[in-house]
Amino acid sequence: MPEKITIENLNAWFETKQALHDINLSIQENMITAIIGPSGCGKSTFIRCLNRMHEVVPKAKISGKVLVDGKNIYESDVDPVDIRRRIGMVFQKANPFPTMSISDNVVAGLKLSGVKDKKILDNIAEESLKKAALWDEVKNDLNKSGVSLSGGQQQRLCIARALAVEPEIILFDEPCSALDPISTSKIEDLMLELKEKYTIVIVTHNMQQAARVSDYTAFFLYGKLIEFGETNQIFKKPMEKSTEDYIVGRFG
Amino acid sequence: MKWNKRKLIDRIMSFLTAACVVIAIIPLLSILYTVTLNGISAINIDFLTQLPKPVGEAGGGLGNAIQGTFIVVGIACLIGLPVGILSGVYLSEYGENKFGRMVSFVADVLTGTPSIVAGIFGYTFIVLYFGFSAIAGGVAISVLMIPIVARTTEESLKLVPGSLREASLALGIPRWKTILHIVLSTAMSGIITGALLAIARVSGETAPLLLTAFGNPFWAVGIDKPISTLPAQIFTYAISPFPDWHTKAWGGALILIILILILNIGVRLITRRKYRV
Amino acid sequence: MDRPKLSFFRMSKLSGDFIFKGVVGLFALGIIVLAFLLFREPFIESQLSRNAFGFGFLTGSTWDPVNEVFGALPFIFGTLVSSFLALLIAVPFSLGIAIFLSELAPEKLRTPLSFIIELLAAVPSVIIGLWGIFILAPFLRDYLAPPLSTYLGFLPLFQGPMYGLSMLTGSVILAIMVIPITSSVSREVIMTVPTQQREAALALGATGWETTRIAVLPYARSGIFGAVILGFGRAVGETMAVTMVIGNSSHISASLFSPSDTMASVIANQFLETAGSKLYISSLIEVGFLLLVVSVIINIGARILVWKFLKVERGAA
Repeated sequence: MPEKITIENLNAWFETKQALHDINLSIQENMITAIIGPSGCGKSTFIRCLNRMHEVVPKAKISGKVLVDGKNIYESDVDPVDIRRRIGMVFQKANPFPTMSISDNVVAGLKLSGVKDKKILDNIAEESLKKAALWDEVKNDLNKSGVSLSGGQQQRLCIARALAVEPEIILFDEPCSALDPISTSKIEDLMLELKEKYTIVIVTHNMQQAARVSDYTAFFLYGKLIEFGETNQIFKKPMEKSTEDYIVGRFG
Repeated sequence: MKWNKRKLIDRIMSFLTAACVVIAIIPLLSILYTVTLNGISAINIDFLTQLPKPVGEAGGGLGNAIQGTFIVVGIACLIGLPVGILSGVYLSEYGENKFGRMVSFVADVLTGTPSIVAGIFGYTFIVLYFGFSAIAGGVAISVLMIPIVARTTEESLKLVPGSLREASLALGIPRWKTILHIVLSTAMSGIITGALLAIARVSGETAPLLLTAFGNPFWAVGIDKPISTLPAQIFTYAISPFPDWHTKAWGGALILIILILILNIGVRLITRRKYRV
Repeated sequence: MDRPKLSFFRMSKLSGDFIFKGVVGLFALGIIVLAFLLFREPFIESQLSRNAFGFGFLTGSTWDPVNEVFGALPFIFGTLVSSFLALLIAVPFSLGIAIFLSELAPEKLRTPLSFIIELLAAVPSVIIGLWGIFILAPFLRDYLAPPLSTYLGFLPLFQGPMYGLSMLTGSVILAIMVIPITSSVSREVIMTVPTQQREAALALGATGWETTRIAVLPYARSGIFGAVILGFGRAVGETMAVTMVIGNSSHISASLFSPSDTMASVIANQFLETAGSKLYISSLIEVGFLLLVVSVIINIGARILVWKFLKVERGAA
C-alpha cells in the first residue's frame, strides 16, 4: 500500500512551549487515518503541520520533515500556497465566508486563483456540492448567503469548498464537534465515500467516530505519539497502557 | 433607622448623578433649538445657491461656501481615506511587531492633534510654497482624518474572526488575496462606518481652513486657488458686527448640522445591516 | 471536464504577498512620517522667533505686534487657566454621568443617554462657538456674573465688569466640550471593573451607591484619572469655540470676567492679520509648535494611563 504522507522527527512549538515531540508516522493513500487523544495533546497542532497552517500562528515554529509523495513540504523552495491547494482542510467550526453566496463560497478558491469562466465555475460548484452531498438541499438557493444554512449544512458547504480546488488529501479538524448526531452521521458517510478518491486525516475527540470511520488510528498524549496502528487493533488490543486507559475512558 | 439613612443616601446619589446627565444634555438641546430656530428663517433657495453679497446689501447666500466645503472635504478624503484605510490594514494584518505597535501608538496620539496645529502644518507645508488653496485646506483636514480612519479600520478588521482567514489560507489562497477579498469585504461595513464618522467629524473643522483655504467671495475657480468653506464662512459671519450676517451664520450652521446629521444617520443605517458571522 | 490548471502563478504569488505587505507597510510608515512632519515644519518656520526671543518667549508677558515684541506668557496663562477651570466644572459632571450611565441608571436608558451625550462631541466647534456668542455669553453675563460678584466679589477672580466674552465664558464652553470625552472614557473604564468586585460589595448588603463608592471607584481610579487628562488635552487644543467667546485680549488679568486668549485662539485670531511681518508669523507658529508639544505630551500621558488600565482589566477578565 503506497504511503501518501510520511512524517519524520516532527517537532512543533508555540513561542517557547513545545506542542509536538518527535513525531514519526506514515499515512496511507486512500485511507482514513484518525488522530485521537485528550484535549491539549497536540492532535490539532499535528494536523495543522501537514498543510503548513501551523506557521500561520504568530511565533509558531517547526522542525522535522513532512514528506508528501516523497517531497518535503517544508523545503525552502516550496510555496505553502501550493501545499494548501493540494491538501485541503475542514475546520472544527464551520466557517463559510459570510459575504458570499453558497455557490461563491464553493468556488472561492478557484475564483481567487484567477479562474473567471462562469460556466466552468458553475460546473465545479455543482460537482463539488454533489460530492459533499449538499446539492439536493441547496440547488434552488445557490445565491443565498452561505451563513443562512444550518450548522451541518454549513460544514458540508465547507467540505464542498475544500473539494472544489481538487486536493489530494483532506484534513478534518474535529469536523463534527459542533454538530448534532444526524449531521454527524451524514458527514461520516461522506468521508467514507470520499476516501475512494482522497487521502483523509481526521482529528477527533470522539472515539466512536474514530472506530466507525477510520482505517488507522494514532493516539497522542502530551504532544507525543503513543501508539499507531490499524484501528481494529488499537481499539481491541492496544499495546500501550495509556492508550487502553484512554479508550476505556479512564481519562480524557 | 441606619438602614433608612443609607437608602436615602443611595437615592440622593442616584438623583444627583442623573441630574448631571440632564444638565449635560441641556447645552446640546439649546444648541439644536437655537440653530434650528434662527437658521430656518435664513434658509431659502437663494441662500443655498447664490454668492454672498457685500455688507448692507440684502439677499445673497452661501452657495460657494457649500460648494467649497464639498471640494475641500473631497480632497481630504482622496488623501485621508486611502492612507488611513491601508495603514489600518497594515496595523491589523501585519502589525504584531515593534513597528506596528509604534504606528498604532502614534496614530492614537495624533487623534489628539489640536485642529489649529493641523492648520499650521498646512500653512508651513503647502501655503508657504503654493499659496492659499483648496488643496492646502484638504491636506490640513486630512491630517485630522488619517489617524481616525486608520484606527477605526484596524478595529473593524480585528473583528473579523481568524477562522475566516484560516479557511481562506487553507484553500490555497495567498495571504494578500485573503486580506483583499475575504477580510476586507467582511469588514466593509465597519470600515465605511469609520470613514463616514471621520468625514462627519472633519466637515465642521474650521481652524485649519482659516490658515489654509483662506476664503473667497466667488465660486471656486480651481483647487489651487483660495476657496470659501461653510465653517469658515460661519465664523466670519458670527464675529462680524452686522445682524444680517448673524442671521446668515445661523443659516449656515443649520446647513452644516444637517449635513453632519445625514452622515451620522447614514452610519446608523449601515451598521444596522451588520453582517452575521 | 476540463479542469483549469492552477499553479502557474507561482512567482507572482510569492511576490504578490511581498508587494501587498510592502504597500500597506509604506502607508503605515506614512503615519510616522506625518507625525514627524507635523513637528518639523512648525519647528523650522518658527526659527526666526526662537532666534529673536529664545526662552524669553515662554516668560515674556508682552505681546506687541506694533513694536514686534512677542512673549507667549499671556496665552500659556490663558490656556492653563481656561483648561483648568473647564476641568473643575467638567470633572464632577463627567463622573456623575459615567457613574449614572454605568452603575445606577435603568438598563434601558443607558445606551440612548450615552448616545445623546456623545452626540454633543459631533457638533462642530464653530457652531458651539456661535451658540456661545449669542446664547451662553449673555446668559452668563446676566445670570451668573452678578451673584458671583455680589457674594465672591472680594476675590480678585470675580472683580471688574463682566464682559460677555471672557475667560469665564471660554472656560464654560470648554467644560461643555470636555464632558463628552471625559464621561465616555470614564464610563468605559468603570464598565471594565470586574463584576465580582461589585458582587462582593452587594453581597455584604451595600446599596448601589455604596457599591460604586467602595468597590468600583477605588478600583477604576487610575483609569478615570487618564480620562480626566484626556479631557485636559481636548481643552488645551480646542480652538474655534474658545476663539469666539474668550474675548481675545493679550493681557494677563486675574479676573475671570476679563477677556483673554489661549494659545490656540491667538493663532486662529491673528494669523491672517500679520500684514506680512515675518517675525509676527514666526512667533504665532512658535505658539502653535508649543501647543503641539504640550498636547502630545498630555495625550501620551493620558493614553498610557487609560491603556494600562484597560489592558490589565481586559487581560484579567
